Amino acid sequence: MTAVLEAIFGNAFWSAVVKTVVVFAILMVNTLFLVWFERRVVAFMQNRIGPNRAGPMGLLQTLADGIKLFFKEQITPRKVELGMYLAAPVAAMIPAFLIFMVIPFGEPITIGNTVVTLQGADLNVGLLFILAMSSLAVYSIVLAGWASGSKYPLLGGVRATAQMISYEAAMGLALVPVVLFASIQIADGSVGVGTMSLSRLVELQQGSFRGFIPGWFVFWLLPSFIIFMIAAVAETNRAPFDLVEAESEIVGGYHTEYSGIRFAFFFLAEYINMFNVSAIAVTVFLGGWLGPDFGLPSGIAWAMPIMWFLLKTYALLFIFVWLRATLPRMRYDQLMTLGWKRLIPAGLAWLILFTLVQAFRSFGAPWS
Amino acid sequence: MSLTAYLPIAIMFFLALAFAAGSMVASRWLTTQNPTPEKLEPYECGIVPLQEPVQRFPVKFYLVAMLFVIFDIEIVFLFAWASRFDSLGWYGVGAVGIFTLLLVETLAYVWKRGALDWNVASRRRRRITAEFEEAA
Repeated sequence: MTAVLEAIFGNAFWSAVVKTVVVFAILMVNTLFLVWFERRVVAFMQNRIGPNRAGPMGLLQTLADGIKLFFKEQITPRKVELGMYLAAPVAAMIPAFLIFMVIPFGEPITIGNTVVTLQGADLNVGLLFILAMSSLAVYSIVLAGWASGSKYPLLGGVRATAQMISYEAAMGLALVPVVLFASIQIADGSVGVGTMSLSRLVELQQGSFRGFIPGWFVFWLLPSFIIFMIAAVAETNRAPFDLVEAESEIVGGYHTEYSGIRFAFFFLAEYINMFNVSAIAVTVFLGGWLGPDFGLPSGIAWAMPIMWFLLKTYALLFIFVWLRATLPRMRYDQLMTLGWKRLIPAGLAWLILFTLVQAFRSFGAPWS
Repeated sequence: MSLTAYLPIAIMFFLALAFAAGSMVASRWLTTQNPTPEKLEPYECGIVPLQEPVQRFPVKFYLVAMLFVIFDIEIVFLFAWASRFDSLGWYGVGAVGIFTLLLVETLAYVWKRGALDWNVASRRRRRITAEFEEAA
């Protein structure tokens, strides 16, 4: 067994294949659970029971819904631009799956003499890759809205585009201090160059200060974390920023004309993206998979980092669900005001302040 | 780092593409298609659509898109500097500082000119109210 695994992970190509399939499976199973989790939590917050029939505690409800959607008729309305109309759901799925590839979800495992990183691909430009992929996600919504040949999808698609690109600027701005801080942390050691690799960022958050506070970046970069989380909720089109699919105004938004499995893909992509942004926030600000392993035997200890990662991610996902159950939808002009007049200036101000403080700390006063 | 690091990304790209396209084709094969003329109309709450979908929409959306291009490019430059913050020292801080101040100025300018005000009607109303109060 060990020999087989060692042979697989020693080979670059086969280890890539295995990791990809594992990440794919994690995302699919996780989505099944996440949709159930959201429906149950919202139900309890509204004094209902929620899905509890299919499987134990209703856990298989999402699977049942997926199978139902798979066997539904695919209606192709008369006025669609067929090529782009069919490409849009596929274009929604691909970036969602690609983003999770660069996120480390556990401590590297040693099998025999081979070290296996629990991460799809450890890119040295991981953070930039994430920003690039979340930009690409906008395309699917524009295409869906435009190609549907109907007024509600068009309005929903255009709204979604303006919203997502506005908050993407804020999101990117919130991540710059992280890279800056990481480059200082490394310089304290030996390497002397900065990093945007997510696995390196997690390693930099190891250790603790004053003995009991973990060395997570959130304690130095709290404003960044807050801006990032607000932007993340808007980026995934979740309540209170779900104007993209505001039923009372524009029916279903960009996916009004989609049915069956095509609709299911938009739905799936939305939930994967929700999981992705939470996982990114955990990795960058909350120490990723770091956490105590309580001195467990090595047979079980390898699972503890994965558990910590999932626990932290689901804590953030709970906040997403909590917001949805609590807050009413914003008005569109309020949304744009919050993005451009509050978050971006706040991000710029925090960046300038943080840069000056760190520059004085690292280089001393420029006039001395 | 060579391009081999991107191999899993490429594999995932094709896996996701194959999964999405494959299930769409499979679902098409396995389901009964029963299109009727009414079913294929664009959605309009069940009534007959009177208008074609709008092909022109407010110019404000284009404005947002252009502002985004400016700010996103700024942020990409900031990443390049931030990852070398330590070795560039005060020289880097100064250079990026000038660059950032230009962008802060841009933001202040478009803000002042009202490019960030989404609701133009309310802005005009406020101006009229102000003029009215001035006259009184």
